[in-house]
Amino acid sequence: MKTDITWAIGGEAGFGIMSSGTMLAKTFSRAGYGVIASNEYPSLIRGGHNFVSVRITTATVHAPKKSIHILIALNKETIDLHKSDLDLNAYVVYDEKDYAWKQEEFNHPITLISIPFSELLKQKNGDAVMRNTIALGVSMFLLGKDISLLTHVIQDQFKGKGEAIVTENIDIATLGYTYVKDHFEALHDQNISEGIIKEPQLVMNASEAVALGSLAGGMKFAAIYPMTPINALIPLFADHATELGIVYKQPEDEIAGINMAIGASLAGARSMVATSGGGFALMVEAVSMAGVMEVPVVIDLGMRPGPATGMPTWTEQGELHMVLHAGHGEFPRIILAPGDVEESYTLAKTAFDLAEQFQTPIFLLTDKYINETLWQLPREVLKTQTKGEIHADTDALPFKRYDRSTQSGISKRSFPGQKDHEYIANSYEHDEYGYTTEESGMRKTMVEKRLYKMKAIQAIIPPPTVYGEENADITFVAFGSLKGVVLDAMQTVKETGIKVKLIHFSWVYPMVEETIKQLLEKEKRLISIEQNATGQLASLIREATGVTIAEKWLKYDGRQWTTEEIIERAKGMK
Amino acid sequence: MKEDQFLTATKPTWCPGCGNFGIWMALKNALTKLAIPRENIVIVYGVGCHGNMRDWMNVYGVEGLHGRALPVAQGIKLANPNLTVIAITGDGDCLGEGGNHFIHAAKRNPNITVLVHNNEVYGLTTGQASPTAQIGMVTKSTPTGVVDPPFTPSSLGIFAGATFAARGFTGDIPFLAELIRAAIIHKGFSVVDMLQPCVTFDKIHTYQWYRERIQKVNISEESLGDKKQSIELASTFGEKIPIGVLHKRVENTSEDREIVLKNGPLSLLPTVSVDTLELLSQFQ
Ligand SMILES: Cc1ncc(C[n+]2csc(CCOP(=O)(O)OP(=O)(O)O)c2C)c(N)n1
Ligand code: SF4
Ligand SMILES: [Mg+2]
Repeated sequence: MKTDITWAIGGEAGFGIMSSGTMLAKTFSRAGYGVIASNEYPSLIRGGHNFVSVRITTATVHAPKKSIHILIALNKETIDLHKSDLDLNAYVVYDEKDYAWKQEEFNHPITLISIPFSELLKQKNGDAVMRNTIALGVSMFLLGKDISLLTHVIQDQFKGKGEAIVTENIDIATLGYTYVKDHFEALHDQNISEGIIKEPQLVMNASEAVALGSLAGGMKFAAIYPMTPINALIPLFADHATELGIVYKQPEDEIAGINMAIGASLAGARSMVATSGGGFALMVEAVSMAGVMEVPVVIDLGMRPGPATGMPTWTEQGELHMVLHAGHGEFPRIILAPGDVEESYTLAKTAFDLAEQFQTPIFLLTDKYINETLWQLPREVLKTQTKGEIHADTDALPFKRYDRSTQSGISKRSFPGQKDHEYIANSYEHDEYGYTTEESGMRKTMVEKRLYKMKAIQAIIPPPTVYGEENADITFVAFGSLKGVVLDAMQTVKETGIKVKLIHFSWVYPMVEETIKQLLEKEKRLISIEQNATGQLASLIREATGVTIAEKWLKYDGRQWTTEEIIERAKGMK
Repeated sequence: MKEDQFLTATKPTWCPGCGNFGIWMALKNALTKLAIPRENIVIVYGVGCHGNMRDWMNVYGVEGLHGRALPVAQGIKLANPNLTVIAITGDGDCLGEGGNHFIHAAKRNPNITVLVHNNEVYGLTTGQASPTAQIGMVTKSTPTGVVDPPFTPSSLGIFAGATFAARGFTGDIPFLAELIRAAIIHKGFSVVDMLQPCVTFDKIHTYQWYRERIQKVNISEESLGDKKQSIELASTFGEKIPIGVLHKRVENTSEDREIVLKNGPLSLLPTVSVDTLELLSQFQ
């Protein structure tokens, strides 16, 4: 029986490639399978090549696979580009009218399935953009499933658009299903094991999980200027602002965005911004301001390949150093880098509590891969949330907003509207009431007050998570979105007799020197695996702990490390 | 005389004779007359000589970054519309570094008041030309005279969508106080362009220079809403400089457009139960 299948669809941008991936992933998720869907597309709205692959497994899955079992090609280019990724005997669904493919044009035996997409659409007066819907019907048959699983998803997906649209989509999907059934009956795959996941799952990307986590963390104000790869946050907040009880504002630029968020925070609303590297570059001065004013603010930075505009729709982990050092002057910060959708939810939620507790900027460091890959999130996870309380403290008068006598460096906040608790939130150096000062003693204690918070933060930072076997032959060290692919690869590497371990940082900064040093020093062979060209995690580890990780596996072509690449390289080490 | 409730322990550090004194007095008079509880006032300051006022003004204050007062002010107002939010900005702060924020704030029409300390120079950085500096004016950054034509803050504001605009002169404190009061009462984005002599770095635009040119205008309520006429008046700057309320009309504010704010300040709204949200169906 088969327990692990990769289905993929490619075609021109504008032809619903992405949404077919989503629908198939949801269909199989509902049926108890593990699913993960990842996409590749250029920075174009129409005309470029769009590609989505959905990996379907009987149990939980951590990462996509490159090798394809079923390829739906809505144009010739899809096959040209992905021919080399086809598994032995893979099914290739295409339309002869696009190009009459022959077996000889492939490296190894495959099964060619020509479907007259345009002809079928004509029968139903369907629009050319609905080829993907036929493809979904075809896929259900090839995957050995009943069409009803898909039609339920179609119903839910399109119900907002009216009964007519629902019926049209179901009819067209059924047309595809019936066509393969009539012409390729033998290809109905009955060898696929049933999915075994019982707990209800949601299918979403990390941006959406960050959005939900933020809400669970009491977020009330978001100002987000659009930028790939965090755009999915926007409709979630904007379309549902009333239901969610929040204000979402589209600012004129990222500088305005973060300044608005800081303003809202000063007035007592938990607030956030989200952006990518270029937008974040514009925010940096205000990050420093949040540091000195001691204002809570959460910044979700979705990394993509730079420098500058770079490759907007591809992935990289190139901004760790930027975030570490962003903002002039010295002030505390925390950097969290979720490894998957569940961590995106929980860490986003936590970020707001941390911001509230330590009154300083908190970063969520995500990337294109994690933000635009569709993952499963156990619905149960959403039950965890915080009260989202903000602390408007009353205190002995006169109120000292920046009381420097506390050990932790944390002083009480007040909010406008609170009588006798006026203060100045001042970007200049200030005294305990917020009034500007340049006096040497006050300057010194205020710097120290802010940095004491770093010690308080260190005391609550959890260690990195360790996965895999004791006495490992090789130990991967990674942060953020590499978690899934490494975990996935480890299963196979282990089978080859190599003992393997992953030390994964989702709490990236600050690093607690002794803990991490001890953890790393007992490992035989450390490999830092990163999605950048300079080994930014390895250099942070070295700076924070003195431990040098000599071996670095770095990838910076804009494409996420794949399971296969890791396995290949690990095997080569034997 | 009533005690000045806004005083702090710090005394102003502006140059003796600086136009900022008059603005400070006028603002305090306007606030006193309005009798807004002190704790409900938030002043967001730009960075410049004008912004130094924060240290001698006992209200909730935010001294932000150069040019960025308006986004902070909007964030505060969107989080708690019950507050009276005032931005103290400079001509450089508001129209140079912060020009984009100014036009976009005007476009949104939040119920906040922007007081532009218009001294034609960057005072705090010792006297370079500001975006309102007149052609020919010799400054530290324009040794042979300004060559690029200036802005007038109110005309730009009206054009972009401000629903209230006025121009005042810091040499006439009672009149300026009235304008500031009217601007604060106005429900919407109000701009007051305040002609402010910088006695240290601008030897041309003295109190006397302004006194010879300003002319009070008294426009009827009906014609105050005429954008074209208001822009015309607001851009008149030379031998004659009209002062007074130049523009006024009623529009929805950006806070009006946020339905959740009808339930009160954001800080008082409960955190949603994420696991029961209807929108979760889109992820199934
Ligand atoms: C980002 C940034 N750039 C430059 C400065 C330096 N700076 C401080 S005040 C100022 C100009 C102030 O001019 P204006 O806003 O007209 O205020 P005034 O001093 O005239 O009241 C400048 C350029 C700064 N603080 N921040
Ligand atoms: S430099 Fe000019 S604007 Fe600044 S305080 Fe002195 S007189 Fe006033
Ligand atoms: Mg100025």
